[in-house]
Amino acid sequence: MIPGTFDYLVARNVDEAVALLDRHGGDAKILAGGQSLIPLMRFRIAGPTVLIDINRIDSLEYIQETDGTLHIGALTREAELDSSTLIRERYPILLDTSSMVADPVVRNWATVGGNIAHADPANDHPATMLALGAQVVARGPAGERVLPIDEFFTDAPFETALQPNEVLTELRIPAPVERSGGAYFKLERKVGDYAIAGVAAYIVLDANGNVSYAGIGLTNLGQVPIKARTAEQSLLGKPLDDAQIHAAADLAAAATQPTSDTRGPADYKRAMARTLTVRALRKALARATGGE
Amino acid sequence: MSTHHISVTINGTPYEGDVEARSLLVHWIRDTLRLTGTHIGCDTTSCGACTILVDGKATKSCTMFAVQADGRQLMTVEGLEQGGTLHPLQEGFHEEHALQCGYCTPGMMMTSLALLQRNPNPTEHEIRVGISGNLCRCTGYVNIVKAVQYAAQKMQAAEQVPVGAEGGE
Repeated sequence: MIPGTFDYLVARNVDEAVALLDRHGGDAKILAGGQSLIPLMRFRIAGPTVLIDINRIDSLEYIQETDGTLHIGALTREAELDSSTLIRERYPILLDTSSMVADPVVRNWATVGGNIAHADPANDHPATMLALGAQVVARGPAGERVLPIDEFFTDAPFETALQPNEVLTELRIPAPVERSGGAYFKLERKVGDYAIAGVAAYIVLDANGNVSYAGIGLTNLGQVPIKARTAEQSLLGKPLDDAQIHAAADLAAAATQPTSDTRGPADYKRAMARTLTVRALRKALARATGGE
Repeated sequence: MSTHHISVTINGTPYEGDVEARSLLVHWIRDTLRLTGTHIGCDTTSCGACTILVDGKATKSCTMFAVQADGRQLMTVEGLEQGGTLHPLQEGFHEEHALQCGYCTPGMMMTSLALLQRNPNPTEHEIRVGISGNLCRCTGYVNIVKAVQYAAQKMQAAEQVPVGAEGGE
């Protein structure tokens, strides 16, 4: 299968990418890793008439922690997260996530920014970023703006708050604090498949051991990436004991709207959302309290 | 629709040509350059039969446009054998009977090559994870893992010879 015709343009820096997007508007798509976009174009599900290749903008590939914030350049490859010492030691929830994205060969090109900007509810990073309370940095002709991740995704699948002339440039994640921890669990039929269900959980405990922050994100359990707000709120101000974990898991499962398909019936996926929420919260707690 | 003049180096040999923007790298390599060792399996970025190295990174060449490869260093399965001598990976696949139909083999070897370049002495688990983006429908992977282990040992032994020789002087 060969994609339809299009014009191919190379952006050598972010300003050029923005200028090209501004000129070509909604007909244009950014080509980052291409590991989702190119298959969609081959199936003729996507048919942009202009592709703006940003793969040569090396300055968009970085992972660095400064001033209490982790900065991930939008073009950072999943393989870089996989092999980063900083990520392994300080952000194990991100390693949980990147190591479950597609397969290792795809991860050599697939980018974190693309995984978010594509806004596929089956992609893995959206749930994790929702759990972490990440911020998205976008650059347009008028300059840069920063959006909270839960305002980045909309109520429509594959749609984001990005304007047609804006480029996603960076993801910002709060650095870990005392008594914080997170985990991502993905149930998949085989390596490379999308999730049957996926759950990301991130918690912070106060000095008394009560939950002061809880984030829960869900993968492939509805039309869009889901932030399980009611479940999150149910945990606040209480110790994270097994009863609380199970109550939150019930609420997270209630927030899902899965559809029956080749990956299983809706009831099964909802049950798996519950199970994975329990596992993710237990693992988050273990990591927050110094365990693995 | 744009057309582009591209120059790439494949297995040390420079190639150039005009490509439509929509030409996929694997089609250009196979149909235009006639380097048909790289296979097309699934057409859906799933099977890894088309895996080649692009600037040293294992890459599914069905999921990259030829124009994106402009100026880059490529390596295909044809680049493994040198002067009539099989690469340790090729030898390993032969010795350990790591193929039956052979369709996945070029991609499997290129992915394994990138793995061994990054991690010369992988554990069995690391090999299994490393090749998990390459599907084999014949072997059950057991002998493929053995072949990669064979190659890892042979490549490490080969590296130690000059070091030992220097030390002996």
